[in-house]
Amino acid sequence: MANEILEEHINSEYKWGFTTDIESDTFKKGLNEEVIRLLSHKKNEPEWMLEYRLKAYRYWLTMKEPDHWAYFQYPRVNFQDISYYSAPKKKPVLNSLDEVDPELLKTFEKLGISLEEQKRLTGVNSNIAVDAVFDSISVKTTFRETLAEKGIIFCSFSEAVQEHPDLIKKYMGMVVPYTDNYYAALNGAVFSDGSFCYIPKGVRCPMELSTYFRINSSGTGQFERTLIVADEESYVSYLEGCTAPQRDENQLHAAVVEIIAHKNAEVKYSTVQNWYPGDKNGVGGIYNFVTKRGLCVGDYSKISWTQVETGSAITWKYPSVILKGDNSVGEFYSVALTNNHQQADTGTKMIHIGKNTKSTIISKGISAGVSNNSYRGLVQIRKGALNARNFSQCDSLLMGDKCGAHTFPYIEIKDKSAVVEHEATTSKIGEDQLFYCNQRGISTEKAIGLIVNGYCREVLNKLPMEFAIEAQKLLAISLEGSVG
Amino acid sequence: MITIKNLHASVEGKEILKGINLEIKAGEVHAIMGPNGSGKSTLSSVIAGRSDYEVTEGEVLFNGKNLLELAPEDRAREGVFLAFQYPVEIPGVSNINFLKTAINEIREYKGMPNIEAKDFLALVKEKQKLVELDGKLANRSVNEGFSGGEKKRNEIFQMAMLNPVFSILDETDSGLDIDALRIVANGVNKLRSKENAFLVITHYQRLLEYIVPDFVHVLYNGKIVKSGTKELALELEEKGYDDIKKQFELA
Repeated sequence: MANEILEEHINSEYKWGFTTDIESDTFKKGLNEEVIRLLSHKKNEPEWMLEYRLKAYRYWLTMKEPDHWAYFQYPRVNFQDISYYSAPKKKPVLNSLDEVDPELLKTFEKLGISLEEQKRLTGVNSNIAVDAVFDSISVKTTFRETLAEKGIIFCSFSEAVQEHPDLIKKYMGMVVPYTDNYYAALNGAVFSDGSFCYIPKGVRCPMELSTYFRINSSGTGQFERTLIVADEESYVSYLEGCTAPQRDENQLHAAVVEIIAHKNAEVKYSTVQNWYPGDKNGVGGIYNFVTKRGLCVGDYSKISWTQVETGSAITWKYPSVILKGDNSVGEFYSVALTNNHQQADTGTKMIHIGKNTKSTIISKGISAGVSNNSYRGLVQIRKGALNARNFSQCDSLLMGDKCGAHTFPYIEIKDKSAVVEHEATTSKIGEDQLFYCNQRGISTEKAIGLIVNGYCREVLNKLPMEFAIEAQKLLAISLEGSVG
Repeated sequence: MITIKNLHASVEGKEILKGINLEIKAGEVHAIMGPNGSGKSTLSSVIAGRSDYEVTEGEVLFNGKNLLELAPEDRAREGVFLAFQYPVEIPGVSNINFLKTAINEIREYKGMPNIEAKDFLALVKEKQKLVELDGKLANRSVNEGFSGGEKKRNEIFQMAMLNPVFSILDETDSGLDIDALRIVANGVNKLRSKENAFLVITHYQRLLEYIVPDFVHVLYNGKIVKSGTKELALELEEKGYDDIKKQFELA
């Protein structure tokens, strides 16, 4: 009986599945050096950037698509059947909102992302600067002037290549080189846009920075690149959100995110990932194959990843921290929800190199429908990483009896002084819990929301306020059904 | 207030309740006693609407409404409250948040607006005292890490907060030491009024020394075999259930 109730409840619907009717400039499908040159030319890139792309591409050609470690099978991606560039035809001028295509503005409004600074200043979400990325290009970055006063650079990646080439040359590929993995190499060759952020020495970024990604065109992939550099004694909190239209094809999203934290710097990176997950029968949806990694290069630096993963047909994602500086701290807080036919294999890697380094991993998996949800994490303590500490907690919550939850912790310790703790639990939303709530007058739908949000509380607490509320709603909607 | 007529119920095809008849009026406290396996908890579960039980015959009228046709949450919203024998833990959900959600769901059902934060907090403060519940407990996750006594007190606290018309206490005394029993009973006594009614399910007479019932019924083998006043409880305590068993075994 409980299963029937749950089943009805987890028949969710995706509410961001609309398409924007906009004239696009889209490349023909296929990938070769010519396409890369064209892409680079289109973006008016300097020679060194093109060289980087070609090197990455040639390296990618020598690689084999990984034989997947994960639990599941999926239809392989045909890399020649993807268009590697799609941009709205009307070229937005970045300094004036009036010149952005109104259709685009409407799209972001519909998604609850206001690109009008004035509105943001007076509205509830007053303190977030947004970089909006639509298919292959950034359409608008808000609050640039305000941030520039403090010396903060926040702009699209393409602009950074033009305006801050020294910084890009210095840091791009420092944490995730194109030789890192198959998808990182592909990204290095064809990345289209993304965000760049630099916080100068001693500056505390006064507002949340955020990038909002939207895939719109069909037959395309999204390959964005984000680079965040926090100089000594600086602080920034960064948010990332994403959605895509409802389509019956699988679209590839292969992003790279690099974070560099210098001495005493702190970076908080929060993601609410809500790419289209496919329909109830598992048709369509985004393949979300991303490489996210942070480098605590300086002593006493700190990088913290918080993610709420509710979307995508398949997610492979392991936001990691390399703890190189002494006394540096890495954190990973994750909620991954899978429903229907979704599959997620997500977790983190904490690489301890410096002395007295500390890492914390809190992972909460929720599986519903016939989905599969895996936590896969590596804690590595290298030789010489004196007094390294790690605490890991991996919990799984099952809804119904047709889904799967798996935990794959890898622990490699090469230094005797390390202290590593790992805890794991698996539980089920019980009929007892639901009945208890019902008996207090709470509907089953609300009860599931309560129970799930309670289960995730430790992670949701780490998100900035507005994001936490959004994430709570998103979790509820992802499990929403037709009862009542 | 509540009328139970010829109620038959079964679990997985096995009949547990075999024709219960019971009428409880506003202002009354009824006690149901009986040996293990007589159907006491089944009766409370059927009234509250737990889905594992199938009602095969009979009806339950609650203030003129057919209770058995309502979803469990609607029964609660109509004013039926069950203090659980084994209260359930809900990790990460604070007692306060849980109760606020419950109160607002009930208010919405009655066409009332959400409760004001100020009024809610005042209510929490007032009702906490009733069961001598520590203020910290209210902020902790629902029943998580509570001792047996704290869980039962929390049930009565919830009852006080939701202010139901008809409350069932399902073996609320089980696992309680004498001090906790007194606190729980005092709480219930303070909530008694002319407008509400209670059904106290218990194995032992002990609880009934504190919560004095107007009527006592003996449930055996799925039927009420004997009814009386509070003296019946004393008699049972003295003679045990063996007498009843002997008397009704063949019937």
